Amino acid sequence: MTIFSTGDRVRIKNSHPPGHRRTPFYVRGKEGIIERYCGEFKNPEELAYGFDGTPKRELYRVRLSQIELWDEYQGSSDDTLDLEIYDHWLEKVED
Amino acid sequence: MSSDERTTHSHDHPGTTPDVNETGYYELMAEAIKELLIEKGVVSAEDVRRNLEFLDSRDPLEGGRVIARAWEDPDFKKRLLEDGTAAVEEMGLTMGDAELVVVENTNSVHNMIVCTLCSCYPRTLLGLPPDWYKSKSYRSRAVIEPRAVLTEFGTEIPADKTVRVHDSNADMRYLVLPQRPEGTEGWSAEQLSEIVSRDSMVGVTVPVT
Repeated sequence: MTIFSTGDRVRIKNSHPPGHRRTPFYVRGKEGIIERYCGEFKNPEELAYGFDGTPKRELYRVRLSQIELWDEYQGSSDDTLDLEIYDHWLEKVED
Repeated sequence: MSSDERTTHSHDHPGTTPDVNETGYYELMAEAIKELLIEKGVVSAEDVRRNLEFLDSRDPLEGGRVIARAWEDPDFKKRLLEDGTAAVEEMGLTMGDAELVVVENTNSVHNMIVCTLCSCYPRTLLGLPPDWYKSKSYRSRAVIEPRAVLTEFGTEIPADKTVRVHDSNADMRYLVLPQRPEGTEGWSAEQLSEIVSRDSMVGVTVPVT
């Protein structure tokens, strides 16, 4: 049983801890939909400092709407930006 | 000490060490880390050499073979879209430490790939990434204004077609499965693989006959 399921609406945490992070700044605080679960991976935020990367983190592909992401976006309202976010950066948005 | 001794290495690693620009901080840092890893026995010089040789031997033709097979073989295409890593292994190709996600272009969706954080790229299928893929300009503009970037590559995507950008920011690597061009019915797998350019598998162009 994974933490999130495909289709769940999630918010990417708007957090700015120091150090090596794989969550790009441009998506922090933004909402999207879980596109798929990618599996469990060693945590790169720990691996970067010589730790063993455990506990592993669940990795998800999150799909965001481009017109919600950028105020000046030029293109279709269906255009999307998909990227990979580890579970500890995600929180479920209740309907 | 002569200036030569201050600015050059006292020993050489033929074949694995590019000419180091003495003003290049990161190049020197990378070289120092490599030497330390070898001195401490974490990796051997032979490991480094063998990996470079493997990466240099990769070519977009490998990716082109995968795409051509997907165009010809619906069952393979299904497996490729469900589990890209396992499907390319059937063809003797490896993803190394990463996993492969294949994204399909259709009549309603066009996909393009970027890595905003660095230069993640399906190197084992396409070889080393082109310089533009690693540029800050592409890495920022591909997510902010993908349609403008596509236009600069000569690729016009109709306004009613969805553009889907994939930021390759973690453990997945991406390959675009382009649409098979019309008029290629009856072509051999080799002919098909030749029209699948590197750029069409990154999604900045589409294959043309």
